[in-house]
Amino acid sequence: MAKEGLHSWEKLPLGCSVPEAGSAAAYNTGDWRSGRFPFTQRESCIKCGLCYIMCPDICYHPDPQAEGYYTWDSFYCKGCGICIHECPKKAIVWKDEKEEEEYGSACGD
Amino acid sequence: MAQRVGIEVSLACAEAVKLARTDVVSAYPITPQTHIVEHLAELVANGELEADFIPVESEHSAMSACIGSVAAGARTFTSSSAQGLALMHEMLFIASAMRLPVVMAVANRALSGPLNIWNDHSDIMAERDIGWVQTFAENGQEVVDLTLHAFKVAEDPRVSLPTAINMDGFILTHVIESIELPDQKDVDAYLPPFKPLQILDPGRPRSLGVVGGPEIYTEARKAETVALENAYAVVTEHFEGLRKQFGRAYKPVETYKSEDAEVLFITMGSLGQTCMSAVDEMRAAGRKAGVVRIRLWRPFPAGDFIDAVKGARQIIVCDRAISPGACAAPVGAEIKSLLFNRKINNIYVSNPIIGLGGRDVTRQFFKDIYAQAVKDAASGKPMATEIMGVKE
Repeated sequence: MAKEGLHSWEKLPLGCSVPEAGSAAAYNTGDWRSGRFPFTQRESCIKCGLCYIMCPDICYHPDPQAEGYYTWDSFYCKGCGICIHECPKKAIVWKDEKEEEEYGSACGD
Repeated sequence: MAQRVGIEVSLACAEAVKLARTDVVSAYPITPQTHIVEHLAELVANGELEADFIPVESEHSAMSACIGSVAAGARTFTSSSAQGLALMHEMLFIASAMRLPVVMAVANRALSGPLNIWNDHSDIMAERDIGWVQTFAENGQEVVDLTLHAFKVAEDPRVSLPTAINMDGFILTHVIESIELPDQKDVDAYLPPFKPLQILDPGRPRSLGVVGGPEIYTEARKAETVALENAYAVVTEHFEGLRKQFGRAYKPVETYKSEDAEVLFITMGSLGQTCMSAVDEMRAAGRKAGVVRIRLWRPFPAGDFIDAVKGARQIIVCDRAISPGACAAPVGAEIKSLLFNRKINNIYVSNPIIGLGGRDVTRQFFKDIYAQAVKDAASGKPMATEIMGVKE
């Protein structure tokens, strides 16, 4: 019979506890995205940081390579679109995403 | 020396909880459990029991407080009955899933409706699958001993599961009995301080009670189920410890005049005591009757039960709860399933439902049930589950 689970039942911590702190960081909520991801067109971006403030999953961070801009984290972004809704310049747009594709920084060039 | 005293069984239960040096009690009053927690509240208030008594607004909160309390590493007790137990329902599964050894006394009472405060087993049978170790007491002394035993089993690192002691509401809880209350030093020797396997500790942070998606839920439930099954060996080991410490012997399945019996009554809880008296009278009248009393209900002691009944040609499984629309009442279904698993098909199983909502069960009633069951078996009638003593 197929062994379907990810962890052996005999090796689970007592009561299915998580014996270390901060483990939610390892939770790849990015795989909840379905078919599209938010893409910032930097030519329209005014560096207001609303995407950074409004994102409920804290997926936007100051871009260390481009001062004032924000970079986006595919590992956590669930694709809710709040950043697109909030952007005052409509600089963030949906882009199609194929499941097999992997993104690093998905921000504009 | 242990003191033999005349004491109400509820108060004796509370005294046992005190002797166990319980750290936290959280409960909400409900008949017929009330005297247990009322007495504990008194013991805490007057300084006899150094514990925190957490008053709450509902049983759901009581069980939630108990879960938090054990997660913080405290020896924890609660008690409830019927609607109160039902209100705890979802938290009962959480306690066992998180492997937190809460100890609870259940003063068994009929679930409403119609609204009824008197005894039967419908409350605990509705909570049959909560994953707790569950025992049944037959008298006041057993309530005291099984309460101490419950802490010992629940907190054993090989078990680490919540445990419930069932005692029939009113029939046990409100009766004054002659009970031997053990000495503190003997209880301390039997029950050392609680050493939890994991606690909530900011110094060593961990998460208890986390989400478990499809990729892990099956494995988590398997681990919990196996833990409960494995508790059997620990339950018997600590029964033996009870015998050594206090001189009273207990078994997962108790028998009375069963060795040469042709027909065996199967009982749980206080019914066993009346049934044994009835069997004495039936034996005197030449009937080869006996009693098998199930003390450990979860995990079900399958091997002990088979050993106890294998020589009989007929068993009468007395249920104090109905499973509406099912093929049998809860205990009857359990036993029929076990016999089928073991390929035992030469025992006629009658399954009378008796003693609902406080309806009295007398020795004569057992004799009537016996006569009816023997007649049914002789007539070759299909084995049935029937509510007995119903006014037509």
